[in-house]
Amino acid sequence: MSVPRYWREEVPRYRLLGKECTGCGAKFFPARPVCTECGSTEFKDHKLAEVGEVVTWTVIRNPPPGFEKYKPYVVALIELEDGMRLLSQVVDVDPDEVQTGMSVEAVFRRVKEDGKTGIIQYGYKFRPVVE
Amino acid sequence: MRKVAVAGVGLVKVSEHWGKPIGALFADAALQAMKDAGTDGVDGLYVSNMSGALMQEQLSMGALMADAIAKPGLSAVRVEAGSASGGVAFHEAVKAVASGYSDCVLVAGVEKMSDVLPEVVTKSLVMEEEQEYSAYTGVTKPGLSAMLHRLYLDLYAEPSEVGMMAVQSHENAVGCKHAQYPFRMSIERAMDSPMEADPIHMMECAGVGDGAAAIVLVPADTEGVEVAATTVATDYCSLPMREDPLTLGAVKTAAEKAYKLAAVKPGDIDLVEVQDDFTINGVLSLESLGLVEPGKAAKYVAEGGSARDGELPTNTFGGLKARGNPLGATGVYQIAEVALQLRGAAGDHQVEDANVGLAQNMGGLGSTCAVTILRRLGR
Ligand SMILES: [Zn+2]
Repeated sequence: MSVPRYWREEVPRYRLLGKECTGCGAKFFPARPVCTECGSTEFKDHKLAEVGEVVTWTVIRNPPPGFEKYKPYVVALIELEDGMRLLSQVVDVDPDEVQTGMSVEAVFRRVKEDGKTGIIQYGYKFRPVVE
Repeated sequence: MRKVAVAGVGLVKVSEHWGKPIGALFADAALQAMKDAGTDGVDGLYVSNMSGALMQEQLSMGALMADAIAKPGLSAVRVEAGSASGGVAFHEAVKAVASGYSDCVLVAGVEKMSDVLPEVVTKSLVMEEEQEYSAYTGVTKPGLSAMLHRLYLDLYAEPSEVGMMAVQSHENAVGCKHAQYPFRMSIERAMDSPMEADPIHMMECAGVGDGAAAIVLVPADTEGVEVAATTVATDYCSLPMREDPLTLGAVKTAAEKAYKLAAVKPGDIDLVEVQDDFTINGVLSLESLGLVEPGKAAKYVAEGGSARDGELPTNTFGGLKARGNPLGATGVYQIAEVALQLRGAAGDHQVEDANVGLAQNMGGLGSTCAVTILRRLGR
C-alpha cells in the first residue's frame, strides 16, 4: 500500500473517528462525500463508541496475501453502542468461542505488513469484553 | 429504440486451459458465436473481463481481443463490473444495437484464472469490495457471503437446505459439454467438506477456471430469441451500510425494473440462471429476484422447486458451481444458456415449454447486479 493512501486513513482507523452530517445528524463510518439521507456535503467529526456486539461473523481460513500469519481469524459485522455498524476482526478469542450477540471492545493492533520493506499497517480490531 | 435479438452464441468448456493464451480462448468463443449467427460482419465489440489487469497484467483488453479475431478497426471496449462484468457488458451491447448506433455487436466474456496462484484469485475476488474499510479487515469474498449465510441460518433454514443449491447445480451439469464439473455431488459430500469461511463449506463455493462465452446481437426480427429486458442496478458497496443485509438491493431493483420493461411477472419466468458462486448467494438471489418469498428459498430448493423438472428450473446447465465461474465471462455464459433453452437447443438440459428466461449476474456482495430477460419470438 502506498504511503499517501495509508496516511490519509490513519486518523479514522487509529481513533475510530467517523462523521456526522451537519444537515440531518446522520452518522457515518467511514466518512463519505455525500450524506445518504439528505444529500448534504457538510460533516463534523463523530467519535464512535468503542463497545458493541457481534451481529454476524465468519472465520477466514484462506486469507488474502498479507494476512496469512493470522489465519484462521474471525471477521465480524459489529453494531456499536451508538448504533453504528462496522466490519472488524475479532481477536484474542478462539474462533470456536465466538457467538452472535457477544460483547466486544475496540483495540489498536497491527493489521498487516507489505513484505519485508513495506510499511507496517495498523488499525482497530475488536476483542471480547471480559465481564 | 429497436428491439434486439440474440443471433448466435458460442461457449468454451470451462476448464484449466493451460496451453491457451487469453486471446485464443476468447477467439474460440467469439468465432463460434459469429458462425452460429451466420455473420462475421460485427461492427462493435464489448469484452467482459474482470481480472485481466491483475492475472495477466493486461490492459487494453478491447483492442487485444479485436486483434485476436483479426478485426483491426473494430470499435472495442472492455467492461468491468466485478463478477457482474458479463451481464453489464451485455447490457451495454444491447443498448448499442437498440439505439441504432450498431447493427451487429459481439459481446464476449473471457477470464483466465489458471495463470495465477490460489491466493491471487482470493485477492482478485476481494478487489470487488471496498478496499480501505472492508478488505482492510482481511475479509474475503466468501467471508462476506458467509456472514449473510450465518444470519440466514439463524432465521430461516438448516445448513443442508442451503447446501442443496450446490447439489442441484451439480445434478444439472451432468452431460453438459461446456461445464467444468459435470458430475453429481451428494449433500453429505458438501456438508462434510472443510470450511472455506464458516458456515460456508468448500463444496458450496464455485471453483476456479478459465472460460470464454460470446453472443452476437442484431435487431430483432419476428422469430428467434429477443432481449425482452436488460437492466443494471447498484447498491451501497459495504455490508455495514445495508439496512437489511439479507435483501440484495441491487438484485431487487434490477429485477423489478426488468419485469416492468419486459411486461412480465415473476410467475411468468420459465427458467432462471442465478449467481450461485456461493450457495447462500443463489438462495438470496432467488428471493431478491422476487421468485421465492423472503426466507423461503433454501427450503424451496431443498424440496425440489428449483430442480430442472421442478416449478422453477434453476441453473439448468450447472450454474456457477458446476458449469464453472470464470468471473468476467460468467454473465455471458448465463445469458447464452438461457438463449439455448429458448431456442429449444439445450439437448438433455432442455426445459419444456421455455418461453421466457431470466439471467441474474452479480458483482461484489451484490454491489452490482445485471438482470436479463429473454423471450422466445414467433409464438
Ligand atoms: Zn444528512
